[in-house]
Amino acid sequence: MEGKPILQCSISRMTWNRKHLLDIESLGPEDIVTVLDTARAFKAVGERAIKKVPALRGKTVVNLFVEPSTRTRISFELAEQRLSADIINFTAEASSLKKGETLKDTARNLEALNADFIVIRHSASGAPHFLSRVLNASVINAGDGAHEHPTQALLDAFTIREKKGRIEGLNVTILGDILYSRVARSDIWALTKMGAKVTLCGPATLVPRTFEKMGCRVTHNVEEAIRDADIINLLRIQHERQRKTMFPSIGEYTTLFGLTKARLAKTKPDALIMHPGPINRGVEIDSEIADCGRSLILEQVTNGLAVRMAVLFLVNGGKGPQEIAAG
Amino acid sequence: MPESIILLDAQTIRRALTRIAHEIAERNETDQDVVLMGIPEGGVPLAQRLSGLLQEIWGHPVPVGTLDVSMHRDDLGQRAAPTVHPTVVPFDVTGKTVVLVDDVLFSGRTTRAAMDALNDFGRPRKIQLAVLVDRGHRELPIKADFVGKNVPTSPAEKVHVRVSQPGTQDEVVLERK
Repeated sequence: MEGKPILQCSISRMTWNRKHLLDIESLGPEDIVTVLDTARAFKAVGERAIKKVPALRGKTVVNLFVEPSTRTRISFELAEQRLSADIINFTAEASSLKKGETLKDTARNLEALNADFIVIRHSASGAPHFLSRVLNASVINAGDGAHEHPTQALLDAFTIREKKGRIEGLNVTILGDILYSRVARSDIWALTKMGAKVTLCGPATLVPRTFEKMGCRVTHNVEEAIRDADIINLLRIQHERQRKTMFPSIGEYTTLFGLTKARLAKTKPDALIMHPGPINRGVEIDSEIADCGRSLILEQVTNGLAVRMAVLFLVNGGKGPQEIAAG
Repeated sequence: MPESIILLDAQTIRRALTRIAHEIAERNETDQDVVLMGIPEGGVPLAQRLSGLLQEIWGHPVPVGTLDVSMHRDDLGQRAAPTVHPTVVPFDVTGKTVVLVDDVLFSGRTTRAAMDALNDFGRPRKIQLAVLVDRGHRELPIKADFVGKNVPTSPAEKVHVRVSQPGTQDEVVLERK
C-alpha cells in the first residue's frame, strides 16, 4: 500500500526543552525546525470544522501588553483560545502600571493568580528576560522594544518554507527601517540560522553597516537589493520610534525605497512579498502590489496563529522530562 | 546491556495482519462504512497494510486516515512536548465505523486521546481498535477489538515495532534493560 504520500509522516524527532521563548538569538536551527514542524500541524487544526483542541485546558495565560498592539495581541488571544486556555488580558492603558506599579510587582500579582504563561509586549528591550528570571511562569516575548519579536520571525520563516519548500540558500531582502525594528533583528537571526542569505536595504541612517556583524549584506541601493531576491520582506516605517532626522520626508522615502510596480518588474518573476503589517499603502509598498498574487501578507497572518499555538504548546512541555511515555 | 528478543518476525507480522483483516471483515458486515485511522507513528503503516488486505477481501478500496493524538494527551505539561504529526482525515467520519490502528497497546491513554481527537471530526457510528501488540498494563478501561499478539511484559521493558520502514525487515522486538 505504498504511494500515498499524503499519509507519510516526514517529521524529525523533536528536541524542544525550553520553558520560555524570549528571543531567536539563543535558539538553534533544530529548535526553529521543531516550531515550524509543530506549527504545520496546528495550521491544519485551523482548517477543521472544530478549530479547538484541549492541549492547554485548565492553564491560564496572561497577555501583558504594556505597549499597544492589535494584531499580535489578537493572534495570541485566538491561539490561546484554540488551545482551550483561560485568558487574562492586561493592557497598559487600563492597568495599575499607570498608577506607578513596577513591572515586577504587576507580574508577581498576576502570578499570584497562578498564571502559567505570560505573553509580554513591552517598550523596554529585555523586559521578557527580566520577567523570566523573577517568575515561575513561562514567558513568551511578543515584542520587546527594538530588540526582538520572535514569533513574527518564526511565522515569517514558516511562510517562506511553506511557499518555497526551503529556507536554506534563498535570497531574502529586508527593506525598510531596520535600525528600529525588532522584527528585522528576529528575522535576521532566524533566517541566517536556517541558511538564508539576508540582504538589508534602506536609508543609511536606518540601515547602518553594523548589521553586517549579524551575517547580512547591507546595501543602500534598492534596485540592487531586490534584483536577485526570492523573498522581499518590507518593514513599516515606524513613525512612533523615530526621531525626525532619520530621513527627509515620507515622499522621499517612497521615491528612493518604496516597492513600486516598476521596481517589482525588475525582480525575479517568482519573488514573493512579505510584510509584518500594518502596511502603509503608498509609502513602503504600492497599494496594488500589496493585493497582488505575489503578496503573502494575509497568509502571514494565518500562519502567525498556527506558529503561536505551536510555541505555547512547546513551552508548555518545556518544564517536563524528555522521556516520552508510551501509550 | 539491553537484551533484545524478537517477538514477531516479518512472516508472523504478515499472518497476524491477515488474520486481523479477516476479523475486521467478519465483524463488520456493512463493509462500505468501514474506514481505518492509523495513529502516528507506528499505526500509520499498519493501517495502510490493513487497508490493502481488506481491499483483497472486500474488492473495493478501504479509506485510510492518520489521526495524531498529541494535542489531546492527558500528560501535556508534565513532560517535553510530544512530536506533533499531521492529521489527515480524507473522509467524513460521521456515521462510519472507524477502526483505530496502533502498533502497541499499553496504558490505553493514547487510545483515549485518539477517541477524543476523533470526536472533533464528527460522530462515528462505531469506534473499534486494532493493535499489533497488546503488552498489558492498562491504566484505563480500554480493550482492543483486534489483537495481533498478546505479550506479557514488565513495565520497564520496551516494545519496538518496525513495519514498512525502508532498509529494515519487519519485526517486533522486546528490549530488556
